[in-house]
Amino acid sequence: MHKEFLMGNEAIALGALAAGVNLVAGYPGTPSTEVLETIAKRNPGNVYVEWSINEKAGMEVAAGAAYAGARALVTMKQVGLNVASDPLMSLEYIGVKGGMVVLVADDPGPISSQTEQDTRTFAMFSKVPVFDPSSVSEAYEMIQEAFDFSEKYGTPVFFRATTRVDHGYEALEVKDPGEYYVNKPEGFVKDPSRWVIFPRLSVKNHALIEKRNAQLKDVFSEYPRNKILWEEETAKCRKGIATQGVNFMYTLDSLHDENARVMRVATPFPFPEKLALDFLAGLDEVLCIEELDPVIERALTYICGKYCLDVRIRGKLTGDIPPSGENSMEIVSKALKEFLTSDKEDAAEETTDLAAAELPQPPALPVRPPVLCAGCPHRASFYAVKTAMRGKKTIYCGDIGCYTLGNAAPLDMCDTCLCMGAGIGIAQGVGHIEPDTKCFAFVGDSTFFASGITGTVNAFYNQADMTLVVLDNSTTAMTGHQPHPGTGRTVMGQVVEKVSIERVLRAIGLTVVETVDPLDYALSVETVKRVAEEPGVKAIIFRSPCIAITKPKGRSHVDPEKCIGCGKCIRELGCPAIILDSDGKKAKIDTSVCTGCTLCEQLCPVKAISGGRKNDTAGMSPEGGRHE
Amino acid sequence: MSKNIILCGVGGQGTILASRLIATAAMDKNIPIKTAETIGMAQRGGSVFSHLRLGEGTNSPLIGKGEVDLIIGFEPGETVRQLPFLKKGGAVVVSSRPVMPVSAMIGQSKYDAEAMIEYLKANVEHLTIVDADKAAEELGSAKVLNVVLLGAALRSGELGLDEQDLENAIREKVPEKFLELNKKALAFSRE
Repeated sequence: MHKEFLMGNEAIALGALAAGVNLVAGYPGTPSTEVLETIAKRNPGNVYVEWSINEKAGMEVAAGAAYAGARALVTMKQVGLNVASDPLMSLEYIGVKGGMVVLVADDPGPISSQTEQDTRTFAMFSKVPVFDPSSVSEAYEMIQEAFDFSEKYGTPVFFRATTRVDHGYEALEVKDPGEYYVNKPEGFVKDPSRWVIFPRLSVKNHALIEKRNAQLKDVFSEYPRNKILWEEETAKCRKGIATQGVNFMYTLDSLHDENARVMRVATPFPFPEKLALDFLAGLDEVLCIEELDPVIERALTYICGKYCLDVRIRGKLTGDIPPSGENSMEIVSKALKEFLTSDKEDAAEETTDLAAAELPQPPALPVRPPVLCAGCPHRASFYAVKTAMRGKKTIYCGDIGCYTLGNAAPLDMCDTCLCMGAGIGIAQGVGHIEPDTKCFAFVGDSTFFASGITGTVNAFYNQADMTLVVLDNSTTAMTGHQPHPGTGRTVMGQVVEKVSIERVLRAIGLTVVETVDPLDYALSVETVKRVAEEPGVKAIIFRSPCIAITKPKGRSHVDPEKCIGCGKCIRELGCPAIILDSDGKKAKIDTSVCTGCTLCEQLCPVKAISGGRKNDTAGMSPEGGRHE
Repeated sequence: MSKNIILCGVGGQGTILASRLIATAAMDKNIPIKTAETIGMAQRGGSVFSHLRLGEGTNSPLIGKGEVDLIIGFEPGETVRQLPFLKKGGAVVVSSRPVMPVSAMIGQSKYDAEAMIEYLKANVEHLTIVDADKAAEELGSAKVLNVVLLGAALRSGELGLDEQDLENAIREKVPEKFLELNKKALAFSRE
């Protein structure tokens, strides 16, 4: 054992390695990404790791490994589980031989996601047991238990953590590689009655799953991480608190000398019913403190109904806890104070005291949504399309990635955004209803491979009229620069054949497929004008590397003698590197963030900006093949 | 000893590395440490913060309002945003240099950074303002603002660590060729 300061996701990864995981697959997504990255970095050498092209592929790869007796881990964010749900729903009916953990990172807030969906609810729907850790150090231990559990009961299990566990850091004791459990897979054993899903098998297995999950309620009642705190001291207590995840920590830090019984639920499905009955004994009221869905609240309400218990269950459904969003220390301590103070007026008074900070109203705080980085090639691509299509009736369907940030002013180039790959389908649908609209779908390179290809085949086959714009920055940028099929390398460090986006598009049948460097402004505008006039489905690939994976070769600067202070560069581009000089009249470039992309130089009407040098795209071969 | 610290600024300013340096220094001294970081979309120029909890007796990675001993602000407006977390008598170290949001540059919002500094002066007794432009000029780099601020935080007395602890952490976490620059940055606010 040795001590390390670890991020929750790193602790989960080291826990999986300690549990003898043999195969890890996943698709990047905040807040889950660092789990797989850490496995790749800390791989003792005998673990197969891959960034799959999407979560469905990852789930299937992991299932295959678990069929063969391997311990397998698949990682994703909560919306990634939607993509992987098809194989998972059926997999629960088939079961696994080696332990298989489905790691899903939920994002209360949401901070970096489209939805606030709760994987605990998905666990109930899919009948897959779920583990819900409360802290970084606990997550390290718990994932090892999850593997044992999965193997023992022959079912995949969810390990779902939320942002404050995934992206929290703690110093904790972890095993040395020599102490890791070693799992030797037996190999796949042919047995069609076990591995081939047919209705007959589904009927049989469904009954077995229900029986097992009923049994697991008892098993989980004995699982030590499901627990009642201060059971003896609170024997005569009339109020209880049921909580989970990081909310358990908020609760512990908010309680002082109050007399309340606390139940922490570590496995919300199957729900530890016997333990809950012990907890509820003698109580009048329970406050459920949880994030996302009211899972514990519903389970306790059900148990009270089932056993005719006269206990009032409170939480999100009764308005005592906010129904959505992330909880905070303030939300939890306020709710606890109101719940535990019998005299409502006292509580109200104290609560006001707590909230009434003595600070006067501050001046208007800066409005600071995330923006495209200075020098980001996506800005140039969006600006070229915007310029080329000026005055035309258009729709710009966006997608998931850094380029969603193209929605902000002054670019204003993202009319829709739904989920991975959806922009391509939405552009087609709008086009079928509004044939006079020029329909564009913007998709990143990683998103194209993840879920853009099927939509493009659909468009081509069904005679859509649209322009597909692939924003190829040769990495998965938003989540921290993971490789993908177009990059020619894998997470295990292999150099492999690149999958060429151009060739994929041509193979589908597209005849107009043009590749252009977006930082060449005039050529980009000219290309967009020409391609958009072609009939049917056509594609433009804007290829220029992400500024975070290349070094700037020069920085632009403004010649104050030449600058006429027209403000065009600031107004049109919204680049965070362009600011005003101390007089507030002329443009000035913040050289600490400028990458020298030259877009502003090309745009300046009086050629007052110079000195940049844009990235060379010659090495980014459009036809695929080996990475140099 | 127990200390609650918030680091705040704009995505890309180096708050996460600064947080790592404090954590490394604390760990080397066997001080229990928990942190919570902003990772994700906000790193692209949005508002970011780190919560750090040093010492025994805490469970939550997030700190409650009115419980923070020290705010290390990389940007005036972002520091004002976090001020409700500061406890009575807590210390604030703030960089004077604003990062103008694009929304303000194109006239969609207003941001008066001087008003932020005035507000901090009026409401924080234990305030250290770091002249970030002067630091960048004298050190020849704007990239070590995070370490300059850590130096000022040391000298506020609320960090719970000493200069040697942080210097060791820098040696552990920063590439050797930047060591001298970072040491100078750490010492900058001494003058």
